[in-house]
Amino acid sequence: MQLTLWTYEGPPHVGAMRVATAMREVHYVLHAPQGDTYADLLFTMIERSNKRPPVTYTTFQARDLGGDTAQLFKDAARDAYERFKPKAMMVGASCTAELIQDDPGGLALALDLPIPVVALELPAYQRKENWGAAETFYQMVRALAVKPSEPRVRGDRKPRCNILGPTALGFRHRDDLREISHLLTQIGIDINVVAPLGASPADIARLHDADFNVMLYPEVAHQAASWMTRNLGLPCSKTIPIGANATKSFIREVAALAGIDGETALADSQSRSPWYAKSVDSNYLTGKRVFVFGDATHAIAAARVAATELGFEVVGLGTYSREFARDVREAAALYGVEALISDDYLEVEERIAELQVELVLGTQMERHIAKRLGLPCAVISAPVHVQDFPARYSPQMGFEGANVLFDTWVHPLMMGLEEHLIGMFRGDFEFHEDAAPSHLGGAAHLLQPRAQAQAQAQPHTQPHTQPQTQPQIPARAVIELPAQPNKQEGPAAAIPAAWAPDAEKELRKIPFFVRGKARRNTERYAQNHSVPVITIETLYDAKAHFSR
Amino acid sequence: MSLVIPIHADIGCSDAPVLKERGQREVFCGLTGIIWLHRKMQDAFFLVVGSRTCAHLIQSAAGVMIFAEPRFATAIIDERDLAGLADVHEELDRVVARLLQRRPDIRLLFLVGSCPSEVIKLDLHRAAGRLSQQFMPQVRVLNYSGSGIETTFTQGEDACLAALAPELPVATDPSPTLLIVGALADVVEDQFSRLLTAMGITRFAFFPSRQSTTLPAIGPGTKMLLAQPFLNDTAKALEARGAERIASPFPLGVEGSSAWLHAAAAAMGVAKENCDAAIGPARQRATQALAIHGRALRGKRIFFFPDSQLEIPLARFLARELGMVLTEVGTPYLHRQHLAEELALLPAGTALSEGQNVDKQLDRCRAFQPDIVVCGLGLANPLEAEGFTTKWSIELVFTPIQGFEQAADLAGLFTRPLTRRTLLAA
Repeated sequence: MQLTLWTYEGPPHVGAMRVATAMREVHYVLHAPQGDTYADLLFTMIERSNKRPPVTYTTFQARDLGGDTAQLFKDAARDAYERFKPKAMMVGASCTAELIQDDPGGLALALDLPIPVVALELPAYQRKENWGAAETFYQMVRALAVKPSEPRVRGDRKPRCNILGPTALGFRHRDDLREISHLLTQIGIDINVVAPLGASPADIARLHDADFNVMLYPEVAHQAASWMTRNLGLPCSKTIPIGANATKSFIREVAALAGIDGETALADSQSRSPWYAKSVDSNYLTGKRVFVFGDATHAIAAARVAATELGFEVVGLGTYSREFARDVREAAALYGVEALISDDYLEVEERIAELQVELVLGTQMERHIAKRLGLPCAVISAPVHVQDFPARYSPQMGFEGANVLFDTWVHPLMMGLEEHLIGMFRGDFEFHEDAAPSHLGGAAHLLQPRAQAQAQAQPHTQPHTQPQTQPQIPARAVIELPAQPNKQEGPAAAIPAAWAPDAEKELRKIPFFVRGKARRNTERYAQNHSVPVITIETLYDAKAHFSR
Repeated sequence: MSLVIPIHADIGCSDAPVLKERGQREVFCGLTGIIWLHRKMQDAFFLVVGSRTCAHLIQSAAGVMIFAEPRFATAIIDERDLAGLADVHEELDRVVARLLQRRPDIRLLFLVGSCPSEVIKLDLHRAAGRLSQQFMPQVRVLNYSGSGIETTFTQGEDACLAALAPELPVATDPSPTLLIVGALADVVEDQFSRLLTAMGITRFAFFPSRQSTTLPAIGPGTKMLLAQPFLNDTAKALEARGAERIASPFPLGVEGSSAWLHAAAAAMGVAKENCDAAIGPARQRATQALAIHGRALRGKRIFFFPDSQLEIPLARFLARELGMVLTEVGTPYLHRQHLAEELALLPAGTALSEGQNVDKQLDRCRAFQPDIVVCGLGLANPLEAEGFTTKWSIELVFTPIQGFEQAADLAGLFTRPLTRRTLLAA
């Protein structure tokens, strides 16, 4: 049993829904109790989908459990077929239905429907959303793909590929797909099938009619792609084209797979981000401490872009995708950090606070952590939020994606000169380091200790007859509270040397993200040199001592 | 029976036939109630014992993620618990101990049952008893079920309050006391408090209270006035403690709020004139504020998909005070006794439905071609894309809508989508 406040991934059947909703002419019959239909709103509200996900829920109730829930499933599946006339059906169980063991696969087969029925076994008490999406896509491909009877002959036609991985509710999948499709077409590669997004069962059947696969999201596509390599003889690309450099490597890789020349395309590659990163204004980006967290693919890519294309220092790297833990550990080793493999939001928060970072590249969860800690943040990965489906074109992949990364990661930061001015006039009452960057509104983000916040939140001692003025059930669905303890500076317990007031004041002038270190170093220095009281002189002696 | 609203069985929808349907339900389960209950009861924590689906549901249900250190969490049952490799009760004790250590401010802990915990027959009542013994007097531990196999959306609040009912202290004073039952926004509670005080009622309390340490007392003198229409089990539990239910329409709109406050006054022995005098100014303000919405909504046809059980009182308000035309009023569960006064006020011939088969109901909705559709978040955008104007029903639960001062706000929730459609079309 695991205590969970927030979860990075939904249950595996939500992954299956992402595949079903992405595809055309498919229907998913899910054996599930009332309430599981909440998953529909992920698509209709977060992604603003204009149609309902193609999912029928059996909606069994407590009183059905003693009776015939199997019949309920069969009726639901038959009705769904009659009403929606899909070309293929997926059937499965949500977490509760898994416990009652009705075997949706067997029941659906017994109906003898005139379409392929794909039974999904998604163990809800072991696995999570991305695994569910990968397994579902794999099962659909296995069930529906046709093996060519004769070896593929390319002849004179242009090389042709499939694009694998984009789903419904994917982080920027819509725009990545457009960017990469355009890129591939530009270098002379035709696109045979894109799957799951937009693919019909008939499209899955003709996956074999390509020369190779391009895999954009391993979390969803790796299993299906390796099955196709083994069974359909389709090699698959490995490079994820996030960042200008990776996009270039990607072009070389697919050109090699296609047997064409990619160098011409590389020569006129159009990305502003490498030049922007070189331009003098970007000097202030050097060595910014970034913490990266997300699904494995996006986290690894973001860390690489941060370190090699923007000149940041990666001080933390982690993922909630346990399936890809090894890859993330390997990547983390490149930056000399230990990977954080966790789906415990509190653990991630603790790590961010502890590392004293200057920029967080994470998910919506980390965006909220960053907000609480008063840190700039950009979102690089699912879990998604309505803001992750912008109206504008905003890919993460390809050359335009690299431009988007540059803008969205750099804009939350303090601009170069602004930072210098703050360094110079640290004591200014409205222009100090705790003030937010002026282009982000300028309001100071004050962190309140918990006790204080609670005192404010609980003005009631009398339950009734006492007029209250503060509405506590919020009028809107958005509830965000500022209260969180400031974890950046721990209690100054066990201090060996005392701080003179002016030295303490001087310490405040040091940027907060190195202040803890400066304090520790100074105290260590004072201890080693038997200095009883730390003065301004001691502080600078220590600084000189440790900066050797 | 209310002293102010005459009830005749031969008017309104008292005996109207109800279309009962089964099939796919596009509604939340009772766990969703935690979203407002944990804000209402400020020293309570809700620990769902369930699956990742439960955690994901609560996180997604409000349409956004509610980030703060929340006063709810999920103890996710995993394979080891199911396979018997771990003792589920020991695991639960461990999780609760960790939680209470982290949140020493918690005084009341609800163990909330879910579909999986009900199906594996995890005895949370026993667990709550055991943990209560361990953590009292610091923390009281109670349990209820918010599972989808037993509860629909707002029934979660009903189950929660019913579990809390036996904990209310015994009233030592037998004189009449008014107990207002059902979670209301604090601002609404405060308005009602002022109105009740103005009419001379001093002995009144709200349940749930904001702090679990100040639960209202209950006894034979308790007159219970329901503020929400979905409190079946809670009312039963309070009746078992000696409380007497005051029959009344619910406090939505000017008419509903007046009738509700008059019912309270009558039960507490306050003269009608005193009640009228106390509520007069607020009532007057509300009537004026509603007028402008009446012009926008009169004659507009509305269709309700089932959601919160608030549908019948809402339909009554929209039909009688704003002149809207009711096409179908769907509700997940129709409690005839608590809604008797509401049904009597509904226009005769209103099509009522209980339960749901969402695909069939969508067919009926399309056939009616209503001007506005009240539905859940899963249906709203798809219906908008088909050309319908919609109102998300969840907003009717998360927004203060009861009482005089909110009557126009409530009407505004329906005029806004219609106005918006006109603006965007222009």
